[in-house]
Amino acid sequence: MKRVEILKTYKIYSGGNFPRTESGRYYLALDKKGNPIANMCMGSRKDVRNAVVSARKALGAWSGKTAFNRSQILYRIAEVLEGRKSQFIEELILQGSQKNIAIKEVEDSIDRIVYYAGWCDKFCQIGSSVNPVSSSHFNFSTYEPVGVVGLIAPQDSSLLGLVSLLMPIIAGGNTCVVLANESLPLCSITFSEVLHASDVPGGAVNIITGHISELIKPLSTHMDVNALAFSGLSELKKEIDLFSVENLKRVRSYDLNWQNTDTQGLHYITDFQEVKTTWHPIENIGGATSTY
Amino acid sequence: MTSKNKNWEYSPSLESTGHIKLKKKYDLFINGKWVKSASKKYFKTINPNDEKLLAEISHANQKDVDLAVNSARKAYDTVWSKMPANERGKYIYRIARIMQERAKELAVIESLDSGKPIREARDIDIPLACNHFFYYAGWADKLDYAFPNRKTKPLGVAGQIIPWNFPLLMAAWKIAPALAAGNTVVLKPAETTSLTALKLAEIIEESGLPAGVVNIITGHGDTGASIVNHPDINKIAFTGSTGVGKIIQKAIAGTDKKATLELGGKSANIIFDDAPLDQAIEGIVNGIFFNQGHVCCAGSRLFVQENIADKVIRKLKHRMKSLVVGNPLDKNTDVGAINSKEQLQIINKYIKLGKKEGAEIYQSECSIPKKGFFCPPTIFTNVAQSSIIVQEEIFGPVLTIQTFRTVDEVIQKANNTPFGLAAGVWTDKGSRIFNLTTKLKAGVVWANTYNKFDPASPFGGYKESGFGREGGMHGLSAYLKLS
Repeated sequence: MKRVEILKTYKIYSGGNFPRTESGRYYLALDKKGNPIANMCMGSRKDVRNAVVSARKALGAWSGKTAFNRSQILYRIAEVLEGRKSQFIEELILQGSQKNIAIKEVEDSIDRIVYYAGWCDKFCQIGSSVNPVSSSHFNFSTYEPVGVVGLIAPQDSSLLGLVSLLMPIIAGGNTCVVLANESLPLCSITFSEVLHASDVPGGAVNIITGHISELIKPLSTHMDVNALAFSGLSELKKEIDLFSVENLKRVRSYDLNWQNTDTQGLHYITDFQEVKTTWHPIENIGGATSTY
Repeated sequence: MTSKNKNWEYSPSLESTGHIKLKKKYDLFINGKWVKSASKKYFKTINPNDEKLLAEISHANQKDVDLAVNSARKAYDTVWSKMPANERGKYIYRIARIMQERAKELAVIESLDSGKPIREARDIDIPLACNHFFYYAGWADKLDYAFPNRKTKPLGVAGQIIPWNFPLLMAAWKIAPALAAGNTVVLKPAETTSLTALKLAEIIEESGLPAGVVNIITGHGDTGASIVNHPDINKIAFTGSTGVGKIIQKAIAGTDKKATLELGGKSANIIFDDAPLDQAIEGIVNGIFFNQGHVCCAGSRLFVQENIADKVIRKLKHRMKSLVVGNPLDKNTDVGAINSKEQLQIINKYIKLGKKEGAEIYQSECSIPKKGFFCPPTIFTNVAQSSIIVQEEIFGPVLTIQTFRTVDEVIQKANNTPFGLAAGVWTDKGSRIFNLTTKLKAGVVWANTYNKFDPASPFGGYKESGFGREGGMHGLSAYLKLS
């Protein structure tokens, strides 16, 4: 007799836990032919708010880690994903991908994570500066994470799109609330298990499934979200811009095919950084003749 | 000096105004020519020291804005975007040089029109403005070095709207990087302080900069709104209040217009018990009374460690007694005139509110001119974190003083504001400085100093103090499309 398979329950990822949506609602994820493949949580406004609270709480722990340590954690994400490759490929196929394309998407995702792992402790050196001011001061500018970032995951790619924007955001020390791909949601939740197993502190990344149209407003009007990222969705750009005004969120919109190799780079990290400039007086006494 | 002993008072030392040239009426500077506004309307700009008329200024309307934007577009398409970058740089160097040559005239006009002490206009505003042009001129042919692995392209036409607190300096902060990056410009100065921008237009004319590359149009809020909403503008650069900044962001929602917003602040200035106190007192005074407190990054919230609070407040009051409030053109003046009647009313409203909230007020007992708009240096003690005068930007010489015991407490209090423009820290301990400067959520942090500016030093805020940086290498990206 054939063994009875254990089916996977997809839940949201919030504050380092895997709760169901507080609303108790669900929607069906469908395959290409329209057959149901899973019951997904239909996340609510309250789920978004809880996630933002978790992300704010985790900001100290995540941004306070050394850049080198963050680099190791991102590398660990790649390691764990590599180990679970087949599961992601299966999910992609289930959602309608061809096998060779699914394999490539997962492998590209792993490579992209490794790429950003390497940036964690390097981008600051490239963008920072010691500024030669015309007074006796030591003056330098450096990057700091912008804070809590809301990410509306690219809707045209299940895994690579998410990875392409989430990695630069967290590589720079930000914490993140993700609205998952609505129609291809499986990989995002399985990816949260990868994050969970990789020493990413609970709350640093939170992933909510549900209707984007419903969740955009609570996320982009939230006064404790510092920046927003989204890709495509040009029909929603104006609405998102307007929602973001009240606390002057930094809104970053992209219109890219994340399969392309040139959709990774330093500036995806610095898009979510603030430049801080520090001044301190320099005492200027003596030593004038001892230059040798 | 408040001393009753006449022998110890300073004799007036007025800067002369004989050498400055002001027209009675100013038209708009569009496409390299002075053109009359289509509105045919003029408004008056007065000296806030004595309320006397300085000149009449054009009120540009939608038609004028169209004309200015069109000429900026034409200049961009036909001349400026085609010019080799090093040649572009040479024009910017020229502007810097002519400004230096005419620095004294600019300083006197700035002081007359804005109310700021001549000493500040002469030693800070004007030299910094000149230096800003000189600094960015050199970037024009080196842009690719600033952005590794990326290609740079100008954005096109930049619409720039600037405030009245540092009129010429803000014009320089806006125009210099825009030109260096290869954009053309439509700039609108604030309605109460248009004169030095119009003098800058004369300088630009004198420099031979191709017509239409810089257009300077004057007017009120409606003029600014027409610039922001103009469909052929690629970039908005605004310095001003957080309220107007949000209106601008709403106006450009859903468009491809790029924006940098340099908005309000309520910056914390933090004094620890091991700080060099006499220097810290100077830093407090400079932080809040510099330019009558009309400074977006003013250190308007003072935090003093509890065990030295009495001593610091005593010393501060003593120091305030020697601040000279009066005619901005007098070289002895420390605190000049409030920029406008409207601003004085706002400040007075907050002072009244502070008293009503139960805070304890101290104002220096200096003599204040009968005419003009003046406000004595003011401090409030016994305020709460929730007091309105602690939360809202006053934009005047009004300081609130709170105390703290621990490092953690003061970081929490200092960051507990929607603003994040600047902060100050005073302590003798290096490790503590870096702890504070790292944890304070602000774009500029001054340690054991305050209110220092430089063309090479990026400036700009976190949170609701706006976004984007001006100054330094980082200031370039605001005017470039990178690919």
